[in-house]
Amino acid sequence: MSLVEIHGINKSYGALPVLKDVTLDVEKGEIIAVIGRSGSGKSTLLRCINGLEPVQAGAIRVDGVQVNDPKTNLRKLRQEVGIVFQSFNLFPHLSVSDNITLAPRVVKKQAPAAARELAREVLARVGLEDKLDAYPSQLSGGQQQRVAIARSLAMRPKLMLFDEVTSALDPELTGEVLKVLESVAQEGMTMILVTHEMGFARRFGSRLVFMHEGRIHEQGPAAAVLAGPKTHELQTFLSAVLH
Amino acid sequence: MIREFGLIDVMYLIAAARWTLALTATAFIGSALIGIVIAIARILPFAPARWLSATYIHIVQGTPLLVWLFVMFFGLPLAGISVNPWLAAAVAFSVYGSAFLGEIWRGALVSIAKTQWEAGASLGLSLWEQLRHVIVPQSIRVAIPPTVGFLVQLIKNTSLAAVIGFVELTREGQLTAAGTYKPFAVYITVAAIYFAMCFPLSQWSRSIERRLDVAR
Repeated sequence: MSLVEIHGINKSYGALPVLKDVTLDVEKGEIIAVIGRSGSGKSTLLRCINGLEPVQAGAIRVDGVQVNDPKTNLRKLRQEVGIVFQSFNLFPHLSVSDNITLAPRVVKKQAPAAARELAREVLARVGLEDKLDAYPSQLSGGQQQRVAIARSLAMRPKLMLFDEVTSALDPELTGEVLKVLESVAQEGMTMILVTHEMGFARRFGSRLVFMHEGRIHEQGPAAAVLAGPKTHELQTFLSAVLH
Repeated sequence: MIREFGLIDVMYLIAAARWTLALTATAFIGSALIGIVIAIARILPFAPARWLSATYIHIVQGTPLLVWLFVMFFGLPLAGISVNPWLAAAVAFSVYGSAFLGEIWRGALVSIAKTQWEAGASLGLSLWEQLRHVIVPQSIRVAIPPTVGFLVQLIKNTSLAAVIGFVELTREGQLTAAGTYKPFAVYITVAAIYFAMCFPLSQWSRSIERRLDVAR
């Protein structure tokens, strides 16, 4: 059984279809890089996987649990599926430590001292141990995004979703976030990344998925697909993003 | 017998102002308790709750406060519920205030970006936990200046309770004016006492607003 099974999902916003019959299986430990133009449905696909967006048809199962079933406890599912957003979405009124420990304390009922220890540990993994008591507004964009990744890691998810996590960052800050992504990847985390970082996709992506007009247009081993795109649309897209 | 308007009358007016403050405090607490329920019901992903609370707000805001006072004071006894002016005023002002605070606080809640809800939900927080730990703490900053502004309005509006015989500052002023035949002096004094209560509050509200602007 695959960790993520997506079968023939369809989704539209009103009359506008955004996902058309998308099917994708993700094995444990895989790193999927999802690329495509804006509006191709890649972010929506990601948001459907943890139930932030409902689908109108098809089925999504994560670790055997059906996401798009009204009976499913989405709270439980979301504890196992981390998501990191383009705009970080840290809680501005909470310190870094409280941002990270909120869900472990409230959802998993961890003792405050244990949760703080956990915060220290995940912050060390993103190289920001010294920011434990800082507030988000005191951090750079890159640091905020690394805290957001640490916040997700603190829930010990089985799967992590990354929605264009470097797109809001200056090029020099992108590097520090990519380095964190690399280390998470090397620890064996199953990851699905919507990204424009082709270099990262080539080096760490086990599979590359190209989305075009709401469909998976082409997919395959990342390096091979990037080196020899088969469809005209992917060739055009790659020549546009790689100059 | 006509007496002079003297220092002792001013002292009586100030003493009556305590009842203005007592009614304001009671009405504010009542407004806040109902208002928070109304504000949250307005943003729940549950249509009947939104519809009911919106209807409540429309009805209350579409009717004069004075009429609510009469309804409570004269209407409830008809239904066999005996009310004194104090209770009638407290209930009427709570109903009136809850619609306003409900709207103010709803505005503060919806001013928090949708992505904050999503970030909370994505970490496995329930709707209540998202409200309690993520949305409400952030919206309090936004809500404080207009809430203090509302409090100032409330202090002034409690003068309406005089019409159902609740002896607060304005009613005491009416009684004093009738006894001394010095209405101008009496009401100027009454106005000064209201001003002394309201001005510090509106200054405080302004200074909070300035501080929040700087912090933003």
